[in-house]
Amino acid sequence: MNRARLFAPLLGFATLAVVLYLGFSLRDPHLLPSALLDQPFPSFDLPVLGSGDRRATRLDLVGEVRLVNVWATWCPTCLAEHDELKRIRDTGLSVVGINYKDDSADAVAWLARHGDPYAFSVVDTDGDLGVDLGVYGAPETFLLDVDGVIRYKHVGAVDEMVWRKEIAPAIAAIQ
Amino acid sequence: MKAREFMDRAIRVALLLAFATCLGASAIDSFDFPDPEAAARYQRLLAEFRCPKCLNESLASSGAPIAVDLRRAVRRLMEEGESDAAIRAYLQQRYGDFVLYDPPLKASTWLLWFSPVLLLAVVVGLLVRAARRRAPAALSEVDSDRVRRLLDNS
Repeated sequence: MNRARLFAPLLGFATLAVVLYLGFSLRDPHLLPSALLDQPFPSFDLPVLGSGDRRATRLDLVGEVRLVNVWATWCPTCLAEHDELKRIRDTGLSVVGINYKDDSADAVAWLARHGDPYAFSVVDTDGDLGVDLGVYGAPETFLLDVDGVIRYKHVGAVDEMVWRKEIAPAIAAIQ
Repeated sequence: MKAREFMDRAIRVALLLAFATCLGASAIDSFDFPDPEAAARYQRLLAEFRCPKCLNESLASSGAPIAVDLRRAVRRLMEEGESDAAIRAYLQQRYGDFVLYDPPLKASTWLLWFSPVLLLAVVVGLLVRAARRRAPAALSEVDSDRVRRLLDNS
């Protein structure tokens, strides 16, 4: 009877170990759930990168399923995912860029050097569209359906794994 | 030996001073508010929000670029005459419950809000049980007779 009691501390330890393991390892605390899932993409009116006076609005994002990718030249992870974005563009999916808190001249040069996967990029110098999107770092990638509703969001680099396991199934789910 | 001690002490003082200046430097952009009330309200609001990038810093104390942007947004909303509740809703709609240091009561936060009460109830229950077990059981009549007899004999 009392011998069973001897195991109480062990039980306590095991419980704590499991709770801490779940808390620390299974969930990256930097990944916040997006408050914007299934919400329409916020409205905006911003210049198009490298095309003079042309501007783009939310209406330019509706009509087909597309990826919207938040990027900047100061963001090394953006360069890391660049080739994957080009590959995704080559599959026929439209990719639109948001050049986030960046210098436009640098951004144009960066695209010239590394290739441009974007149908177009809008210039969000002050990060105001970023705030409306709940962006807290670059890169972030949103999947929009034909009505311009956000159906999926990924924080961090998009690589082949993310494409295969998350984005492609999400696209399949909305079509 | 003396010189070395002096150097040690000098290094310590220098380190302390370096830390002190770190603490003194505030991350807040020095917005000039027209009246002290608005400035106080601004500070109070910022302390309510968590910086999305830095996990455990308020918007008031964080130097992250996103915190700068969000402070600017709060400032703008204040100038547009929005209420505290509207400003809270603005940030919550974009960044989720995560930005609120005071989490709303709902299904997913039920455990967070009530686990202290639950824990207290469990502890009180255990204490009551332990106290009961320790209380001397009432003696039966036969037993108390025996006790009396034993005491009388001695």
